[in-house]
Amino acid sequence: MDSQKNKVPFAGTKEQEAALLKVINEHKNDKGALMPILQQAQEIYGYLPIEVQTIISNELNVPLEKIYGIVTFYAQFSLNPKGKYKISVCLGTACYVKGAGDLFNKLQELLGISDGECTPDGKFSIESCRCIGACGLAPVLTVNEDVYGKITVDDLEGILAKYQ
Amino acid sequence: METVNIKINGISVEAPKGSTILEAAKLAHIDIPTLCFLKEINEIGACRICVVEVKGARSLVASCVYPVNEGMEVWTNTPKVLEARKNTLELILSDHDRKCLSCVRSGKCELQKLCNDLNVDNELKYEGERNLFEVDDSAAHMYRDNNKCILCRRCSAVCEHTQAVGVIGANERGFSTNISCAFDMPLGDTSCVSCGQCIAVCPTGALSEKDSTEEVFAALADPDKYVIVQTAPAVRAALGEAFGLPIGTNVQGKMVSALRHLGFDKVFDTDFAADLTIMEEATEFLDRVKNNGVLPLITSCSPGWIKYCEHYYPDMIDNLSSCKSPQQMFGAITKTYYAEKMGLDPKKIVMVSVMPCTAKKFEIGRPDQSAAGLPDVDISITTRELARMIERVGLNFQSLPDEDFDDPLGRSTGAAVIFGATGGVMEAALRTAVETLTGKELPDPDFSEVRGTQGIKEATYHVAGMDINVAVASGLANARELLDQVKSGEKNYHFIEIMGCPGGCVNGGGQPIQPAHVRNFTDIKTARAKALYDLDASMPLRKSHENPAIKELYKEYLGEPGSHKAHEYLHTSYVKRTVNQL
Repeated sequence: MDSQKNKVPFAGTKEQEAALLKVINEHKNDKGALMPILQQAQEIYGYLPIEVQTIISNELNVPLEKIYGIVTFYAQFSLNPKGKYKISVCLGTACYVKGAGDLFNKLQELLGISDGECTPDGKFSIESCRCIGACGLAPVLTVNEDVYGKITVDDLEGILAKYQ
Repeated sequence: METVNIKINGISVEAPKGSTILEAAKLAHIDIPTLCFLKEINEIGACRICVVEVKGARSLVASCVYPVNEGMEVWTNTPKVLEARKNTLELILSDHDRKCLSCVRSGKCELQKLCNDLNVDNELKYEGERNLFEVDDSAAHMYRDNNKCILCRRCSAVCEHTQAVGVIGANERGFSTNISCAFDMPLGDTSCVSCGQCIAVCPTGALSEKDSTEEVFAALADPDKYVIVQTAPAVRAALGEAFGLPIGTNVQGKMVSALRHLGFDKVFDTDFAADLTIMEEATEFLDRVKNNGVLPLITSCSPGWIKYCEHYYPDMIDNLSSCKSPQQMFGAITKTYYAEKMGLDPKKIVMVSVMPCTAKKFEIGRPDQSAAGLPDVDISITTRELARMIERVGLNFQSLPDEDFDDPLGRSTGAAVIFGATGGVMEAALRTAVETLTGKELPDPDFSEVRGTQGIKEATYHVAGMDINVAVASGLANARELLDQVKSGEKNYHFIEIMGCPGGCVNGGGQPIQPAHVRNFTDIKTARAKALYDLDASMPLRKSHENPAIKELYKEYLGEPGSHKAHEYLHTSYVKRTVNQL
């Protein structure tokens, strides 16, 4: 459960908060207001940390737990920000049989974070994804726009070093 | 009443229109098993234990939420139905901690009963991945062991809807789904009010009060300790249920006898302190009315309500009566007045309270609750824990003789015993306040307008030339509704009674647990309250200010109600809290 805790310091701005409050006010009296508010809050902040969920809870008078339950139910919501370098490991069928699972585990170990999390310095985030259409290069991972194919566990440290 | 005609297992049944198959089956003497269903609290049709076959339906339907229609044909016990129920149970067991022998709910577990009833003969049928959760013991009053949770959501429904708290709920999805607090915060760090209603509705041992029975046994075995017990009004109206007696049986005499058998040095009655509370609270009320104090005055007996007020209405804590709860007043008087009177060293006294309540476990640790420089109350146990102690020492409860409380702190009036039911504190306070204001004896001590189990009650009494508007709420969602009306100016009251649990203490979170199949079809609150109102009616003294032991206490020790000394020992203070920590 520890992995769910936000480890990157919150750096929300006054402008972001004003934008969020505007969204909340627009939807406040709608039935089912929570989903559109959460979606737009994530657009504003990039993710939904406790600070953002607390603002929504206080403004809507909805228990924080109810909001957290929704955020952790839907895969579209994230509790963690994306890093400066966003690493996606393809766990589609072709990549998976070529050992992508091992790559994914090793990356989590090297960076000390789990799926969907971001390193405390804000540099790297990792997530798994499904087929990116490069099965010929399996196993594949991407770092932002860079694609790395036919790699092994031993290549990972070298790849990360490029972005340090 | 409009009805529809249906057939259940080939038998014709006439059922009220709009009723569910589950309710219609009850009319045909069939109990369809349920698990997640709790009437009016959790009607989500999720667990699939109550499935039945309906002619023409594509698949099995959840009878707890499926309405009956004219001409419907239902089968509740076909091989297909029984197999589906059994399979559901086997799947639940595949991710369930099956330490049933040592489980707090063993023998009283709804899951265990269903597995027995439905012939689950292999609890290991589906072995596979298991969730492993840490037990949350952060709150003062309870444990949450999610390894025994079956995700029925009865707890989160009662927390959010009945109590308007909502600090627990389902998080994550699929196999990872678990009931917990936002951001996996420990329960003790949230705005949980310790009411224990979640425990009372849990079908398994996932939720339980923190058991202090071993601590009590240790004190009883210690020759240096003088162990005094007090029992709250509502305990006597429910303890018998733990020993198979009908709901609403008053077991006061057997309870006193059992406590003596257990070895308590004195067996006293919290009712004494309830009378004392009325003396102080009625005085406080009249003082606020005469001197333009903060009104409405709101009662402070219920620690769940107090914590709720501190979290959710911090701007209203000046409305709260400064009176300690009866439990705490009792401890305060025991360790000061009684200790002095009897020549006892208060440090050697162990004050044990038996309460229908789990929030009392939180209350004993509150600041400003130590009249003698020691905690007013040392150990607070629930009705359920007392039942466990009685079972552990092998007392045959049903055959115990009826005995009386010890003197003088066992003396009380009818006004005190009704504290256990919603409206009881208000009625008791009115009996004393009205006689004080008018200087005349009430022709009839009953204030029936504030009786009954409705969530919100109100009345206006014309006393000594003025109208006194009163309101009574029980259950915190009802309290919230009432307080919002007060804050908006829509309603104007002088005096409000609020109890944290729906129906008041008789339905407290520490009372014997009645399984859903009983709760769904029985008015437990009314039956238990009746035991208290019957007791009140049978007592020679029915007004707190007539209690001779209370008169003596003021004469010998406290002076007048509301005196400096009374304030020092019997009153307390509150803190402003927040809902969300950030």
